[in-house]
Amino acid sequence: MSETTNILFSGVGGQGILLASELTATALLAAGFDVKKSEVHGMAQRGGSVTAQLRYGSRVYSPLIEPGGADIQMAFEMLEAVRYLPYLHAGSTVLVNTQRILPPSVATGRADYPEQVLDRLRQRNIKVIEVDAFAIAKQSGEVRTANVALVGALSVHLPVEEKMLEALIEERVPPRFYEQNLFSFRAGRQAGNG
Amino acid sequence: MIPEKQAETVWMSGNEAIALGAYEAGVKVASGYPGTPSTEIMEHLSEYDGVYTEWAPNEKVGLEVAIGASFGGVRAMATMKHVGLNVAADPLFTAAYTGGRGGLVVLTADDPDMHSSQNEQDSRNYAFAAKLPMLEPADPAEAKEFIKEAFELSEELDCPVLVRITTRIAHVKAVVTPGERLQPMVAPGLEKHPEKFVMLPAMARRRRLYVEERMTRCRQIAEDSGNNVIESGDAQRGFITGGVSYLYVKEAFPEASILKLGMVWPLPEQKIREFAGSVDELYVVEELDPFWEIHVKAMGISCHGKDVIPAIGELNTGVVKQSIDPARLRGESFSPEELPPRPPNMCPGCPHRGVFFTLSRLDVFISGDIGCYTLGFLPPLNALDSTVCMGASVPIAHGLEKALGADSNRKIVAVIGDSTFVHSGITGLINSVYNGSKGTLIILDNGTTAMTGQQPNPASGALISGEPAQSIDLEALCKALGVRHVSVINPHEVPESRKIIRAEIERDELSVIISQAPCVLLPELKYQKPITYFTNIDNCVGCTSCIRIGCPAISWTPFAKGEAEARGYKKSQKGYSQIDEVLCNDCGQCASLCKFGAITPRDINS
Repeated sequence: MSETTNILFSGVGGQGILLASELTATALLAAGFDVKKSEVHGMAQRGGSVTAQLRYGSRVYSPLIEPGGADIQMAFEMLEAVRYLPYLHAGSTVLVNTQRILPPSVATGRADYPEQVLDRLRQRNIKVIEVDAFAIAKQSGEVRTANVALVGALSVHLPVEEKMLEALIEERVPPRFYEQNLFSFRAGRQAGNG
Repeated sequence: MIPEKQAETVWMSGNEAIALGAYEAGVKVASGYPGTPSTEIMEHLSEYDGVYTEWAPNEKVGLEVAIGASFGGVRAMATMKHVGLNVAADPLFTAAYTGGRGGLVVLTADDPDMHSSQNEQDSRNYAFAAKLPMLEPADPAEAKEFIKEAFELSEELDCPVLVRITTRIAHVKAVVTPGERLQPMVAPGLEKHPEKFVMLPAMARRRRLYVEERMTRCRQIAEDSGNNVIESGDAQRGFITGGVSYLYVKEAFPEASILKLGMVWPLPEQKIREFAGSVDELYVVEELDPFWEIHVKAMGISCHGKDVIPAIGELNTGVVKQSIDPARLRGESFSPEELPPRPPNMCPGCPHRGVFFTLSRLDVFISGDIGCYTLGFLPPLNALDSTVCMGASVPIAHGLEKALGADSNRKIVAVIGDSTFVHSGITGLINSVYNGSKGTLIILDNGTTAMTGQQPNPASGALISGEPAQSIDLEALCKALGVRHVSVINPHEVPESRKIIRAEIERDELSVIISQAPCVLLPELKYQKPITYFTNIDNCVGCTSCIRIGCPAISWTPFAKGEAEARGYKKSQKGYSQIDEVLCNDCGQCASLCKFGAITPRDINS
């Protein structure tokens, strides 16, 4: 099954992982691939750590990525980039939003946010590409476009057309936010090259 | 190799595919209760024309509605999660005798690994116990087709047909090909068939014989079914598998021979014998219980199963390889790193938080229930001492009281959500009134079934379609049940609510407190910005009373050595707290607790 590519999305509930993974999957489908995506709803979604698993290729069987099998991880937060290390392997690429969202123990002063946490990936020969999606989104004029900036960064590493994704974004986001989303998507693509 | 894009396919979740399958099968009536991972089936089905859908107060009612519709000669479906099937088990076991007229499908969604459930349960056992056929798809495309076949089978065999899915069918998206909506063969109408609709012992004894005859016929159907397929391959290892486990086997052992069982029950014995005889070593790969393994072994066929495959949690390709042939695993894998955990949490602005904050400061046993408020268990609130099943909070509190007598006075509080109270809390409260309970019940009424994604319930004032509906008056209901002390609080006013909660707990009589404030995730509230609360950092004395309510939008910034003095604070101050205005939902609970004017409403005019 070496021809199946595995993308792991990780982040914090409420960050827009659903839309980001949905846009990515739709672009891959349009490019002619078989695509499966797996996610978890309900209690797991309430502000906790969340993932979505996306697999594409000529024929995808399992909806789940096996441990060590993620080729690319799109992490929406730094701790959530490192939390899913068992899914990665030496040579995986991790695109990471350099935003910090404090988990409860840190927010209440009972623990510290680990320093230089991304080094734990680099030490294992995992390629880390940092994307300041929050800064991009702020620049765009709409802070809620950070997830689309990350889709832009990820899309550089996938066999999908830039134009097609732009058309998808136009289709999926409210018209009054289209310009801001397009700005974030394009700036994200720049950042995604690392 | 990239295949040609198939024409007219749609990419959808298993739950969307099930709704589509039911629509194409011509389903007319569907009822259910929300429960992860089954919830979206009914939501999607409600969007199709020509299908009546509803949220029932619980799964038993939902199934009974579907049975009634089937008696009326239309195709009907009930949807639920695995624990919901326990609630609906009573009508299920007798509907297995009555059958119906229109096709009747009972969909149950299991949650291996308990992503959002209180237990791990294998619903396949119900097919055996209730003597009913059960189908289980492996992916969304099959899910759509199996639902259609389930309706046909139900009419052919005159019985409900169970369809079991798991989280990795329900919440997996994949390519599905839509088809046409069928016109069912059965005609709607009021027909009387007492010999099968009226299950008095004399009639039931006759139907009992029919149940056996039907299952014998169904076993032959299983032998011939195109859903029970042998994929011939390398004869060294053979796999009996089905559901999502089939996909893991296919990926871990692409060369192997496989007998894929799309019909979970009854089993095609001849086909299994033939397959077992054609391979050197036989493995049964199934998630959760050794359901097939036991029956294969009862046929006198030796096989591997739970001796190597875990019976706990979900499987995946890696687990299947590890269990049977570890050499197939990908090389080295990394161990997890030690990191601050990020458990799920009540949302910023959640009305439940204030109540749990108050309870966490009282010396009481908190008998909890199933819903978002179960998260009150987590630190820093730590305010939940038991959670068992839907509706259990009230009777468990009553049982504790009866066990401990006077020692438990003023020490036990039950907590339940509005939807859960309507689901199965009311009967518990009736018991508490009838049998003289002295405890306090808090109904956390946020106007919705929040945990599963804001579905309306009989106390919400809306239907599944969003149209207005008669709403149960919880206060009047509790009084009508005989509760003499019923009060209503606004949980966002924390000190005020605290007074009432304390007073009612102190009372030596049964009382109900209704904590009323809408869920902040309700679409009509979600975008009610701008946020009006903010932190005057200058006024913060670092007392942490706002931090202790555990709101994700409030964080603590510690001072470095000497920083407090340098910034003009008291030397002893350890840090300050601050509101993240992107996360804040404007409930004001923190402001109601701050005694130093550090969290105040913003002057909107400034």
